[in-house]
Amino acid sequence: MAKRIDVTDLNVYYGAFKAVEGVSMTVEPRSVTALIGPSGCGKSTVLRTLNRMHEVIAGGRVEGKVMLDDQDLYAASMDPVTVRRTIGMVFQRPNPFPTMSIYDNVAAGLRPNGVKNKKTLDGIVESSLKGANLWTEVKDRLSKPGAGLSGGQQQRLCIARAIAVQPQVLLMDEPCSALDPISTLAIEDLINELKSDFTIVIVTHNMQQAARVSDRTAFFNLKATGEPGRLVEIDDTTRIFNNPSEQSTEDYISGRFG
Amino acid sequence: MSAITDERRPDDASAPDDFPPSGGGEGRDALLQMNNPHRARAIKDVVARVVMWTCFFLAIVPLVWILWTVISKGIHLLGEMQWWTGNQRNINSDDAGGGARHAIEGTLQMVAVTAVIAVPIGIFTAVYLVEYGRGKLAKAISFTVDILSGVPSIVAALFIYAVWVTTFGLSRSGFAAALALVLLMIPVVVRSTEEMLKLVPNELREAAYALGVPKWVTVVKVVLRTAFSGIITGVLLGVARVMGETAPLLILAPYTKNFQRDLFAGNFPTLPMMINQDRGDFALATAAERMWAAALTLIILVLLLNIIGRVIAYFGSVKK
Repeated sequence: MAKRIDVTDLNVYYGAFKAVEGVSMTVEPRSVTALIGPSGCGKSTVLRTLNRMHEVIAGGRVEGKVMLDDQDLYAASMDPVTVRRTIGMVFQRPNPFPTMSIYDNVAAGLRPNGVKNKKTLDGIVESSLKGANLWTEVKDRLSKPGAGLSGGQQQRLCIARAIAVQPQVLLMDEPCSALDPISTLAIEDLINELKSDFTIVIVTHNMQQAARVSDRTAFFNLKATGEPGRLVEIDDTTRIFNNPSEQSTEDYISGRFG
Repeated sequence: MSAITDERRPDDASAPDDFPPSGGGEGRDALLQMNNPHRARAIKDVVARVVMWTCFFLAIVPLVWILWTVISKGIHLLGEMQWWTGNQRNINSDDAGGGARHAIEGTLQMVAVTAVIAVPIGIFTAVYLVEYGRGKLAKAISFTVDILSGVPSIVAALFIYAVWVTTFGLSRSGFAAALALVLLMIPVVVRSTEEMLKLVPNELREAAYALGVPKWVTVVKVVLRTAFSGIITGVLLGVARVMGETAPLLILAPYTKNFQRDLFAGNFPTLPMMINQDRGDFALATAAERMWAAALTLIILVLLLNIIGRVIAYFGSVKK
């Protein structure tokens, strides 16, 4: 179910501005890969290119190759909607659909893709909410608005919504940065459980978090503001945090800049 | 120059730039002598309050006046059953009372047809402009809508006359008037819907895209759904705008005192035209009373539609 992502010579642009340059990396299946680096280094941008969300922004443009196993995500014949069905995403701020109930939020990605049967829907909604560790908290109020939940619950609702469509890969863009430590812990535990089924890529500003949840870590950096961001190195998380190959990685990890 | 600076240097004559420009040197000197910035702020506060309250009353006076005039002069006829059930057939200007049902039905029917045509066009245009429009075409459409919203109603009416009657050789009718009203309603619906769609956070669109939901489903299920109550309000603004329009009716839909439910008939009863009809015989107390009553009826209709729309918007709005 989970798949590998291969990125080759990726350049990402916002209009004329080159935001990211020459990124080549591999994301292993059934593992957690963390993208870390200072603000503006392009880690979120790279994340968004992995499921073609980058091109939603006006002027967004991508060069290079992104392969999901043997499928080229940027091939002319590839439909971005299909890509996003296969590669789900969780955003920085919890964004449940405000007009929908908890149930409808989880079912939001299923109904337009042809899952209409009530029983099937019920089953997927329950298993997704269980998968996001939210089921026991909301099972008695599935018809209540999703926006009425707390921030941490909303974020888990968003994760439930993302895994309901059974993607191969789950992208997380700073999923805990708007949450308190308890909710963060809940999400981190969840990430640990999810990686047995999904390939997970997570962007985080929190290096302890990267160290806690990820198997591999990619460090991004940029020479100066206005310059494109680059991938400095990607390696096993223990190695990046204990014995990185690059000096700038060590400086960043040890808090000398960033 | 900040008040803090004034406090530190209370004697500095160059400081009080922000004292109220109340007249010439004398008032300014008097203020300087106080050497008290708090006092100066208090005076400014009072001045601002007085100005705001005056403006508020200036704005509210005509409104209250109109309502009072219309209600006091027109309420009497509205209390009679016949007003709500009958029409004006065989009622001469010097006869009292009669019914307004023909005009009420006519106005509602005409506005309903107008809305049925204008609302989809307006909403689809707004969706295009906000969700899809890029580049020159979108700019051109936006510019056109701006121009359209500035078109006087008489020009819209004459345009429809030129197309409907002169070019196509069709006869004047309630439907032709409705077409002119469509031209007036579209820009109101487009602009208000556009504003509402822009208020829908981009995060929600991205959330839907990230689930593999196609763009058009996202627009229908997420964007339009979230903006629903705002769009209803915009539609109501449009309805209120066209309901009292008179110029297109004068040119395209001649009045009749009879019931007329066929929008394509040569004559069509509407409330503004009923008001206009009785205004012609204003010297007669009977006609004048009818005129005020018809005006009050029109105001009540607009008010009722607003309330209905608000109820719909309330039940369709985002709840926590």
